[in-house]
Amino acid sequence: MDSALIPKGVKRCPFPQFILFIAIVGAVLLWGVYAMLLCWFKGLNQTNMNDFYGFALWIWADLAVIAVGGGAFFTGLLRYIFGKDELKNIINYAVLIGFICYSSALLILAIDIGQPLRGWFIFWHANVHSMLTEVAFCLSCYFGVLTIEYIPLILENRQINKVPFFHHLGHNMHEIMAVFAATGAFLSFFHQGSLGGVAGVLYGRPFAYREGLFIWPWTFFLFTWSAAACGPCFTILITKITETVTRKKLVKDNAIELLAKISGWMILTYSIAKTADTWHWATVTVPSLGQTLMDFYSNNPFYGIWILILEIAICGFIPAFILITQKGRKNSAALWIAVFLAVTGVCINRWVMVLQIMAIPVLTFENWVMYLPSWQEVATTILPVAYGVILVAFSYRYLPVFPNEPELNPIETLPPEKEKAVEPSVELEKELKPAEA
Amino acid sequence: MKQKKAKKYGMVIDLDKCTGCGSCMVACMAENNVPFRKDESNKVLSITWMRVYKLTNGKPFPNTDICYLPRPCMHCEGQHEGHSPCVSVCPAIATDYSSETGVVSQIYTRCFGCRYCMASCPYHARYFNWWDPVWPDGMEKYLSPNVSPRMRGVVEKCSFCFHRYQLAKEKAFMEGRRELKEDEYQTACTQACPAGAITFGDLNNPNHAVHRMVKPDPKHHGRPTHPNAFRLLERLGTNPKVYYISSRDWVRRAGDNYLEHEAELKQTVHHG
Repeated sequence: MDSALIPKGVKRCPFPQFILFIAIVGAVLLWGVYAMLLCWFKGLNQTNMNDFYGFALWIWADLAVIAVGGGAFFTGLLRYIFGKDELKNIINYAVLIGFICYSSALLILAIDIGQPLRGWFIFWHANVHSMLTEVAFCLSCYFGVLTIEYIPLILENRQINKVPFFHHLGHNMHEIMAVFAATGAFLSFFHQGSLGGVAGVLYGRPFAYREGLFIWPWTFFLFTWSAAACGPCFTILITKITETVTRKKLVKDNAIELLAKISGWMILTYSIAKTADTWHWATVTVPSLGQTLMDFYSNNPFYGIWILILEIAICGFIPAFILITQKGRKNSAALWIAVFLAVTGVCINRWVMVLQIMAIPVLTFENWVMYLPSWQEVATTILPVAYGVILVAFSYRYLPVFPNEPELNPIETLPPEKEKAVEPSVELEKELKPAEA
Repeated sequence: MKQKKAKKYGMVIDLDKCTGCGSCMVACMAENNVPFRKDESNKVLSITWMRVYKLTNGKPFPNTDICYLPRPCMHCEGQHEGHSPCVSVCPAIATDYSSETGVVSQIYTRCFGCRYCMASCPYHARYFNWWDPVWPDGMEKYLSPNVSPRMRGVVEKCSFCFHRYQLAKEKAFMEGRRELKEDEYQTACTQACPAGAITFGDLNNPNHAVHRMVKPDPKHHGRPTHPNAFRLLERLGTNPKVYYISSRDWVRRAGDNYLEHEAELKQTVHHG
């Protein structure tokens, strides 16, 4: 039914099966949209946030998707700036995942603010001293860059590519993609960092506060570093999940292994830096403010020292050691575990730097305050996941996301009469090559 | 005309005098059109620009002691003028520090409700309007025309009754004066306190009671030099303009975090 839209040389599931899948995920999406509309029309009283939890599940989701979406900028940097050619086979998917993550982040922010119609104030009345202003500017600009990086892939759809203008536009965009990759890396460095700065500058909150370099607290650098380290793991994880769902090998091992190796070394160095930062904070910063490390990990029903161990040791050093060894990278199960742990680790870090900060009392006569999100918050957080799955499904079906796919999954030749039926009508079609967005 | 020294309005609360009656809270809500709901039992959703905390020394009877601690916005100055925890983080300049008065303002029509300021405030002095204000029938006639009610989705907080400052300035201007007398600008909570526990005035003016009571040290960001005076969370470097006085050691110690072996030493200020 939609075979004219499907890239040449690849096989896709029957159209009804595809529609059924989209309908199921679409139902989840609609649930999220309903919750989103409730929040917009009835206000943030639909959430379980309160005056102790000005930041809650959404801000965590925001920080988490941006961190794991870091795979796009870091893979782009490696591919276009450092010339790691093997990564051309995974860069499309990294860009797509990044696009989904960043558009999700912007959507969540639009739901999270109390006066959504005034969202533009952050640009118009910008306070240049606020880390959040830097986040807003860089995030929006980088989303623009990701859109520019995603467009050439869309233009490679079989039918769109038949239009000469779009064909040439896509080709020319490919030519200058290094410029956008560099711009994206620059912007990402700053907004990933400023998201870390959002917490680090809170000098009224000893759990969050960090000293640093000039105006940047150490969290600024740690957030950028962790996103660059764990973002590619998320790209690998989603690629592996896609391969499992489609029951196909989509990316050659050399691309995955190279990305895993670089990611492993990044995670290892990040984990060392994070340990040093935690050590200095716990032994110098916190005592100077009259508190001890265990003040932040005791006298409450949830946040124990286990969360620190889980974040740094189990989800930091363990995946790092797996990924830096060739044996670990080549072992499928170990690779799965490593990328899963790395992604979990960065998500825990973002959770701690948002939710735990809010939970901890600073005044001596206040107590820990716990929080459970409302169903509206959960639904609106799942909404981007459903949207992401749908966008991946459409992109996978209609766009040449994985350049290696035809080679890795050769299909039997069609009978002559059927082959004729799908013969391209325009000469341009013959020039089609796998995408290298 | 010769420029006068900038004002630094602040508050001194004598905790030995406070009885915890809550008059300051009531006066504040009435004065500033602070919205409320039918059910205010969930205190993490209640808007209380002025909130009275009950502190105990944690000792069993007969050594139990309690203290009531009224907590308005601290109008922090930070380590340099205007570097309040909240003002420095607001992305849209919806909260601002007045170098003329030292008051931290909140611009409701500018605020877009990101709540970063709430996250930054260690005193929990900032409140979000989770609902639109709904007044009981007829009550809107009792609202103050000098204070704009806030809409859903924005943050609000104590303004040191700034509208009173504006009214006093207007009156003084009409009378051909530039300077306000001490009693011309007083907050609602100050006037409502039956025990006279709250004193308000210009901390920069040696003739004002607040200055005489705490003797702020300008070399150390206004840290009080009076032995019984303290500020909440002094060590964080927020540099608040609300001071407390208590003759009881445990109350003063409750004002900040201390390591077990640490004495309550003012010299240990981190950011000083």
